[in-house]
Formats: sequence, C-alpha cells, structure tokens
Amino acid sequence: MSDTHSETIPYVRETMLAQKAPPSSQVGPVRWLHENLFSSPLNIGLTLLGVFVVYFLVLHLGPWFMNSIWNANSLTECREILAGASGACWGVIKDRWHQLIYGFYPPEAYWRATLAFVLMLVAFAPILFAAVPRKMLWFSAIFPGLAFWLIWGGSIWHAVFAMLGLVIGYGVFMVLQRVSALIAAIAAVVAPVLWWLFLTGPMAEFMAKLAPIWLMPVKSDELGGFMISIIIGVTGIALSLPIGVLLALGRQSDMPLVKWICVGFIEFIRGVPLITLLFTASLLLNYFLPPGTNFDIVLRVIIMVTLFAAAYMAEVVRGGFAALPRGQYEAADALGLDYWKSQRLILLPQALKISIPGIVNTFIGLFKDTTLVVFIGILDPIGLSNAIRADSNWNGIVWELYGFIALCFFIFCFGMSRYSQYLEGKLKTDHR
Amino acid sequence: MSNAATDRQVDRSQMQVSDEVAIQISNMNKWYGTFHVLRDIDLTVNRGERIVIAGPSGSGKSTLIRCINRLEEHQQGQIIVDGTELTSDLKNIDKVRSEVGMVFQHFNLFPHLTILENLTLAPIWVRKTPKREAEEVAMHYLNKVKIPEQAHKYPGMLSGGQQQRVAIARSLCMKPRIMLFDEPTSALDPEMIKEVLDTMIELAEEGMTMLCVTHEMGFAQAVANRVIFMDQGQIVEQNNPHDFFNNPQSDRTKLFLSQILGH
Repeated sequence: MSDTHSETIPYVRETMLAQKAPPSSQVGPVRWLHENLFSSPLNIGLTLLGVFVVYFLVLHLGPWFMNSIWNANSLTECREILAGASGACWGVIKDRWHQLIYGFYPPEAYWRATLAFVLMLVAFAPILFAAVPRKMLWFSAIFPGLAFWLIWGGSIWHAVFAMLGLVIGYGVFMVLQRVSALIAAIAAVVAPVLWWLFLTGPMAEFMAKLAPIWLMPVKSDELGGFMISIIIGVTGIALSLPIGVLLALGRQSDMPLVKWICVGFIEFIRGVPLITLLFTASLLLNYFLPPGTNFDIVLRVIIMVTLFAAAYMAEVVRGGFAALPRGQYEAADALGLDYWKSQRLILLPQALKISIPGIVNTFIGLFKDTTLVVFIGILDPIGLSNAIRADSNWNGIVWELYGFIALCFFIFCFGMSRYSQYLEGKLKTDHR
Repeated sequence: MSNAATDRQVDRSQMQVSDEVAIQISNMNKWYGTFHVLRDIDLTVNRGERIVIAGPSGSGKSTLIRCINRLEEHQQGQIIVDGTELTSDLKNIDKVRSEVGMVFQHFNLFPHLTILENLTLAPIWVRKTPKREAEEVAMHYLNKVKIPEQAHKYPGMLSGGQQQRVAIARSLCMKPRIMLFDEPTSALDPEMIKEVLDTMIELAEEGMTMLCVTHEMGFAQAVANRVIFMDQGQIVEQNNPHDFFNNPQSDRTKLFLSQILGH
C-alpha cells in the first residue's frame, strides 16, 4: 500500500472563501419557466393541457361576455337584440340590483343601509389593522347600536339603552372581580339581562318622549338581499369568535360542571344540521315562548347562526391550544400569572395565531351558510333570485343572476381569505 | 469530566449561607397515578445555598424542584417556601411563584413577544410595575446577561444560549429570592453551554439561593455548596461537592459517578 493517500489528508485552509453569485442559469425568468412549467415531460404535458383549457374557456365564454346586454327590460327583449347569438343579459342586474342588495327595504331609506355599511368598514378598520389609531376603537364599540338604529329605525333610545346594558355588564364585572372572578362573571351576565328585560323598555319610552330622535321604523321582513346576508354574517362572525374562545377554554376547564356544559353544547350543536336550528328558530320557538311575544326573526336567526359557528369555532381554537407546547403554560405559571392573565397574554394570542386558517375557514363557511335562511322565508340574495325569476319579464334567467350573486359572495370571502394571509404573515414571529 | 464551566475563576466572597431557612420540605410524597415518584423527601434549603441535584433520568429530580413552585402538586407532607406553605390555596401558590424564579430546559420564552416584552410582562401584570420602570429593570438584566442589543428581536431569532440567558433574565426581572434551574443546559449545543453556566455562576456569586438540576458536574464542583444525589424518587446521598465526588458513600452513587465521569 502506498502512503500517498495518508499524506494528502492533513490540510489547513489558509484563507476563508468569500460568497459568490450563483450561475446565471439559476436565476431570472429562464429558471422560473424551466422550474415551474417545463421541468419534466409530465410537467410539459400539464402546461400544454393548461394552456388548452384556458383557450377553450376563452373561446366559449368570451362571446357570452362580449355580447353582454345591459339595456333590456326583459329576457325576451334581450333575446330579440341578440337574435340567436350567445350573450349575457345583464339587464336583469341593472333592473333589479337594488333588490338584490337591499331586499324590500324602503327605497327612500337606502341611504341608511349604505351609511351603516360604510360605517361598518370604518368600525372594522382599527380591529383589522394595527396602523389605524387605537382611539377609533371607541367608534367600533358604539357601532353595533348605531347600525341597529340606522337599519331598523325607530327611536334612538332603544339602541342607546340596549348598548348601556353592555356597559353595565362590564362595570359590574370590573367592580366584582376583586371579590371573585366567578361571581363577577355570573353577575356580568345577569345584570345586563335584568336591565334589558325590565328597565330598557320603560326608560327608552320615557326618553323618546323627552327627546324624540327618530328614524322611520323598518320591519324585519322588509330586510333582504345582501344586506341581510351581511347583517347575519357579520354579527355571527363578530360574536362567534369570543363565544367560541370561551367554549374552548370551558372545555379544557378543571371544573367538571363548566366542562360538561361546554362539551355538551359543542357536541350537540355540531351534531345537528344548521337548517334544523334555523327551523327551530323560525317555527318551534314560537311554541315555547309565551304567547304574544314578538321575538324578532332576524334576531333569532342571528342567535342560531352564531351558536352554530361558535361550536365549530370552539373546536378550531381548541386545536390551537392543543398545539401549544406544555412549556408555555408552565412558563406562564412559573412567572406567577393567574389563569386569566396567562390565557389572555400568553396562551390565547398564540393559540389564535395558530388557528387563523381554521378561524377564517369557519367565518367563510358561516357567511356562505347565511344563504340557508331562504328556507325559513327570509329573502336573502338566493331567495330574491327566485322572486325575480318568478317575474314574467325575467322568467328563465339563471346564469346572470347566480353569477352576480356568486361574484358578490366571492368578493367577500376572497377578501377574508386575503386578510387572513396578511395577518398570518404579520404575526409570524417564531422564525421556524 | 467536563471542565467547560470551571475555567472561570469563581469569586466566593459573596456566597454566604445564612441560618435563615428558604425552603423546608418535610416528609413529602408524590404519586403520578399509582406510580410513587417522590418518596419521603426531607430537604431544608437555607438562604444563599447553591444546591445541585443529580441523578439518573426518571429519578424524580425535576419533579422535586417543580414541586417547589407547584408546577407539580404533592400529595403528602409539607413544602414551605419563604414561610408560605404550598397548599391548594391559589393565593399562596401565586405568592410563592412570584418569589421563585424558574429556568426550563427548553427556555419556554414566549415566541409572540419581543425579548423586552418577555421580560416586562410579569413585572407589569403581576407586580403592577409601571411599564417604563419595568423596561429599565429589563434592560438592566439584559445587560447583565450580555445581550442588551437583542431587546427588540423575537426569541426565534436568537441562538439557544442567548434564549436561555433571556429566560434567566426574565426570571430575574421578578426579583426572585430563590432560583430553580431544570436542566438549563441540556438542550444546548456544547459551544453555548458555557455562556449559560457563566451567567449562572455570576448569579451564585451574588448570593442567590439556587437549586439546579444539571448534569454539569464541573459547575457543581465550582459553585455548589451541596450536591444531592437522587434515585428512584429518593434522596440517596447528599454532601459537599468535594466529598461527594471524591468519596461517595453509597454504591448507587459510586456507580452513577463512574458512569458519568468515567470517560
């Protein structure tokens, strides 16, 4: 055996190497095309297939869009103009868009619904974007009452005193939590309910006489279209997250009673189709409530949709909690943080961050599920599309109506999806 | 034997063990289900003591120190920390926890908060310290563990050794009277162990009462005033480091030492 090999083993590097640029074939559009479109025979085949599908779609859908007709008052008129050619008849949207959006809301009050929508965007801004001044949160806090008043009208005092109930609940909680967190939590629920049941009505009547600030009242069955979808969807979204978080915490609780109630609730609601709950809300509740009670149908639907989404939300959030390392709980405990502080400051922020995709999934599902209210006679966009097609002018029109409704839903849902991606990127601090 | 920690001259001038009792554990027993993890533990820790707890894995050493701040509940016997007995009374538990700092094997920093926020969170929310003051204290301790420049980064951007030093600083911000270390260097690369041990030695030099579960025997020899050897949930032997390492009494201890120091 020769010794040459062992002589070459000792080696000492004298200068460290500097970084070099990668070879030109590894950067730029050429590399992108090669890697993403033409990397293998299968990939080339799929690329060609994709191009063909796009070509096919454009070839067939193109004329339909190109021949769009906006100025027609009936489907027959559209067909006359088209004279046998394929083309979209958007005249139906031009003719009935206000119905699809506002339902049978009084046209002279459209501005109120529009204003409520714009204010909703303003109210959401500080919640969704950290760059918006924190003081705007005050507006977000009063927005629910304001929106209620704008949409349903009547005396402003009902909304004011109803909102005051929440303030009372908060106040009671803050005062009593020094005594005991449990008592404070119970009192914070009981006090506002008593306030709403016994004091809100008389006080609102009294103030209405004293200072009549008034908008034309609108009944719930006049609401419809995307307006009702947004009212139900947004309220459900805003309420289901906090309720879901509480249910998730309750499910992990050491207190057996709290745990059983939460588990029972979640499993029951998840085990029942939403449509059953909606029928319960619209029909069965009347049998259980005292005769003559006027329990608003929209409110009932909102409650059912919220509870339904909250049960799903609870499980999504629980998944987030389960993904947290045990050490996070221990570190919070070891620092002397009590249960609520460690939940609020340490565990919940991380659990929610992990669950963002699931949470937004539930939100989107909830928003689309609002179309189910058509089965209990609420005229959401789907219900209105049926009503519009029942009109002899537009009998037989399908694609344009459903296409428009789908587009509107898509805009909302895609917006939520994009926002969740933005949020995930912004909150990514673990650098894993 | 690993001498990584001992190449630093240890200043023993401030390491005074006082007569005051910091932790009193008497006749303590703990079970996981039917498994008897801690058996008849009697341990008195005086203020200023630096105790290293050694033993094979599963011997109950981590469980023992986790009982001291009630991360684990004991079922029998008594644990008194700084005059407060640990019972199911939440007030006592919170009181003890705010006075006992703990450093974990896996650091357990809060990944969604910056280093500075990690350090100020407990002082602000538990001690009700004003934010500005809490931040000053936090910067003081970050300087002490020699990473003030990382204050506004997130834990995930730091090396393991840096994260562990942040974790030590986070505990110190609560001005604890006792520090518990649960295998603080076991999850670290060898290069980073030294920086963490140096921080711990500094802490010992300032007279902190410390209980460390660790396999760093060099640290034990340099800093500890007492080494406790545990096996099968019991304290098998305790002694000063010199006698513990040079003249172990029980066969179990001899076997353990021969296994960890043998090569």
